[in-house]
Amino acid sequence: MPAIETPSPAPQGSKSAGAPALTVRNLFVFFGKNAAVINVSLNIAAKAVTAIIGPSGCGKSTFLRALNRMHELVPEARMTGEIRLFGDDIYAPGIEPVIVRRRVGMVFQKSNPFPTMSIYDNVTVGLRLNGLRDRKLLAERAEQSLHMAALWDEVKDRLHTPAVSLSGGQQQRLCIARALAVQPEVLLMDEPASALDPLATSKIEDLILELKKDYTIVIVTHNMQQAARASDFTAFFYLGELVEFGPTTKIFTSPSQKQTEDYVTGRFG
Amino acid sequence: MTAPNHNWRRFKNAFMQALTFVCAVLVVTPLVLVFYHLIKEGFTSINWAFFTQLQKPVGEVGGGMANAIAGTFILLAQAAVIGVPVGVLGGVFLSEYGGTKLNWWIRFAADILNGVPSITWGIVVWALMVVPMHGFSALAGGVVLGLMMIPLVMRTTEEVLQLVPGGYREAALALGIAKWKTIVQIVIRTAMKGIVTGVLLALARVAGETAPLLFTALGNQNWTHSLTEPIAAMPLQIFAYAISPYDDWHRQAWAGALVLLLFVLCINISVRFLTRDRFGSAQTRVLKHHARN
Repeated sequence: MPAIETPSPAPQGSKSAGAPALTVRNLFVFFGKNAAVINVSLNIAAKAVTAIIGPSGCGKSTFLRALNRMHELVPEARMTGEIRLFGDDIYAPGIEPVIVRRRVGMVFQKSNPFPTMSIYDNVTVGLRLNGLRDRKLLAERAEQSLHMAALWDEVKDRLHTPAVSLSGGQQQRLCIARALAVQPEVLLMDEPASALDPLATSKIEDLILELKKDYTIVIVTHNMQQAARASDFTAFFYLGELVEFGPTTKIFTSPSQKQTEDYVTGRFG
Repeated sequence: MTAPNHNWRRFKNAFMQALTFVCAVLVVTPLVLVFYHLIKEGFTSINWAFFTQLQKPVGEVGGGMANAIAGTFILLAQAAVIGVPVGVLGGVFLSEYGGTKLNWWIRFAADILNGVPSITWGIVVWALMVVPMHGFSALAGGVVLGLMMIPLVMRTTEEVLQLVPGGYREAALALGIAKWKTIVQIVIRTAMKGIVTGVLLALARVAGETAPLLFTALGNQNWTHSLTEPIAAMPLQIFAYAISPYDDWHRQAWAGALVLLLFVLCINISVRFLTRDRFGSAQTRVLKHHARN
């Protein structure tokens, strides 16, 4: 069992105070007969950044997707174990995935703003399609979300132009703003910067550091430096299993497992 | 080593290129011929009366096919009412729901239906509607064209929905948007122009159908006042005029054929226009989006 450490609780945030945002216990995820995630248990600290690293095919993306039940889009997928979001079992009978996903947002590797919609419509789409009609509130949330995603100054004069007219890095920040607008408790990021140039990548990383003041962030990354720079905790996955989990500084400077050391020093992976 | 002689190879290359070019020209030739003949024979008969009057009794020169033009639009409207919702929703099911095996069978059935000779559709609807209702009717004509549209619209809808990248579906679902809202507001909206294109092409395809209407709509020399009466349609009118022994009716048939062709051409041009638009069809939009990333 890997060491599990919880950071000191953030002062604000009623429900989250003291408790981890997500507790994962004995999680297995299967696609058909293949086990993609094998017996993983860990706590994801609230208002901190947890990085998931590991070579391709190690189950890190599947693990991430199990956290908001996105893996269920694959027809053959099933899971065992338990995941609690601030104490609530997100796989309890009768819990709709739709509700889980409103609380646990997600940003994908490839930016995917909706091509039929303007920048403004993209940011507010989650709210509008979930029934929010109040125009004033929508405008407030849009501005607030775009501010948080560090995109407001770049788009405030062209909110109603097509979202696909933005650059790749801007599109990805727009996707982050879109995810933030529905005010999730946790934000999952699946290699959010791997398709971006270094400048756009560093903007996303700055953004992550800024966002962790208010959000719990779990980020899957292939980029060791990114994990080292941007995260507070790091989990190393290999062949579906959690090899090691702990504070990022410890994982990168004095890992307790030989495999972890080999991976973070670039000897394999 | 002597320089190799490539003359024979060059000749074969030139010959095959020329052959493919000739074949490509042969593809276009019938269109030119059809247009040439229709314009030559029919253009002089296209006048105001052609669009506004009924046919004149035998022996009287002039008249038109106003009732047939209106009839074709009434039949197409009925066909759209049946074919568009069923076809589009069926396409949505194939693309977004259902199991692999079930969908394979539905797709297979739709492809068979697309290959069923149109006269067969006519006989089936004749047996199912005309016989029980004791008479030919506009309704039966609309139903037969609508039934023919369903598999066409269903397959094109499915195809353009499949062109919408999965990333958009994932993004919407990850925002906690319900699946049906994701499909209606994100997936269908992204593919909307492609769906409209498919519907227009299906309408153009059934607009010229004659055989199924012979058993159902029958044709009518006068205006139709109720959907339970037989109704005139342009292809039927062209057929009736063309097999008649009168020169004036022959000219009317040519004119009708020209108008019908121009109508179908208009649909095709609007399809071109739709798919060329800046934010274009699903295809172009997807391609542009990928090109940017």
